Amino acid sequence: MSAALQPKSQPQVHRPVVEAEGLVRTFGARRAVDGVSLSLGGGECLALFGPNGAGKTTLLRLLAGLLAPSAGTCLVGGVALRADGGRAARSRVGLISHASMLYAALSARENVEFAARMYGLRHPADAAMRALKTMRVADRADAPVRSLSRGLQQRVSIARAIVHDPLLLLCDEPYTGLDEVGSAALTEALGERRAHGAALMLVTHNLSEGLALATHAAIMRRGRFVRYEERGAVDGPSYASAYRELVTADV
Amino acid sequence: MSDPTFRDTTLTGATPRESESPVLPGLLAATWLIASKDLAIEFRTRTAFFSALVFALLGLTIFFFAWDPTAVAAIDLAPGVLWVIFTFSGLLGLQRSFGVEQADRAMDALLAAPVEREAIYLGKAVANFLFVVGVQVIAIPAVALFYNVPLGSIWLSLTGIAVLAALGIVAVGTLFSAMAVNTRLAELLLPMLSLPFFVPVVMAAAQTTSRLLAGRPEAEAWPWLRILLGFDLVFVLACAIAFPYTLDE
Repeated sequence: MSAALQPKSQPQVHRPVVEAEGLVRTFGARRAVDGVSLSLGGGECLALFGPNGAGKTTLLRLLAGLLAPSAGTCLVGGVALRADGGRAARSRVGLISHASMLYAALSARENVEFAARMYGLRHPADAAMRALKTMRVADRADAPVRSLSRGLQQRVSIARAIVHDPLLLLCDEPYTGLDEVGSAALTEALGERRAHGAALMLVTHNLSEGLALATHAAIMRRGRFVRYEERGAVDGPSYASAYRELVTADV
Repeated sequence: MSDPTFRDTTLTGATPRESESPVLPGLLAATWLIASKDLAIEFRTRTAFFSALVFALLGLTIFFFAWDPTAVAAIDLAPGVLWVIFTFSGLLGLQRSFGVEQADRAMDALLAAPVEREAIYLGKAVANFLFVVGVQVIAIPAVALFYNVPLGSIWLSLTGIAVLAALGIVAVGTLFSAMAVNTRLAELLLPMLSLPFFVPVVMAAAQTTSRLLAGRPEAEAWPWLRILLGFDLVFVLACAIAFPYTLDE
């Protein structure tokens, strides 16, 4: 299916949280993202699947304002990511990645509090502790990040990403390294954000993990959405086999 | 969570928690946030500071033992030694500046935050400036001790020169540190890019210091001081403006 023909989700009540139109990102001659359009409303979750190198992470980095698009536009909460330098739009986005994005020499609390200050929260210390409690890592708040296990670091990283209650939460393999408690805390936190009107975008290779949370599912390949449908229209086993076919077609 | 205002949305359905509308930090506030974070990290680890300090003292020692006092007077040699040591030890701090953001991709979180890109540059530059000044506070008296040069009467002027020289080196070095950090040869690339730009700073600082140490009239040092001031003004502004363009992948 052409990226231009992708169906757009239609939010029921509100304006979309994120609207991207014709996003393109090239690296030299390679088009990592090739004309992707999407629209997600409050409470919606797009699970994005695709083989390695399909452009999923690049798309997330475009939506987070980390990369400038070569073409196309992106609005977050109705604000253009690049107008005014993108500050207003970036303040509404949270980013969870498989890299922790933390400072190893600082404590968990200091890392999250630093993020809270960067996002201009009025009570950064309270917000940081609340986020750490949400991720069930408050008991290690004063431990240096370097002394925490990979899983605990990932929980702190998620606390950092949700401390400002983002309107759009971009998650790139967020369950990486999490144990059962951490996974449950993350699922709960994501559910809570959705219940309060945030949109989620979840990049994962794990179909069951992604589909469990999704309201929409998409498969990306060579920078384009090759499938995009509502969760209700997705049948697990046939979707999995279609996904496998697409992935192996590139091998 | 049960607060009805929490769900009262007009735009998209989501609002910040507990009705606290955030106030995005301005340029200066964000600059200080980033600088104080970097200083906190350095205070915890102390690796770069001690490396720079030990490097400065070892360099001084080597220069001292290589010095023939019968051939060159201390007062002629000390200014050059001081500013060469200062430049190279400063580079160690500049290397670390963006290195702390590379581990675990902390730079991504910094770039995703709603602060101006210039604030990242300025925050790094402020932290680097304090780092370099901190090394100078120990290195300058050490030079006076090794070469037995009297700093008592010129310490205030020397402090001014040190501040201006640190500003120039940090302005350029911070920008090049950001450019070099993503390359495989960062340790080599940073000195290669920076040192040609440091030449006017080192020359002006050394010439001014040598005139002050020789007890020459202050008017003789003014042309060199003007070079330092001009360099600082131009490069702080130019590098702050250029910095956002170094971040695009």
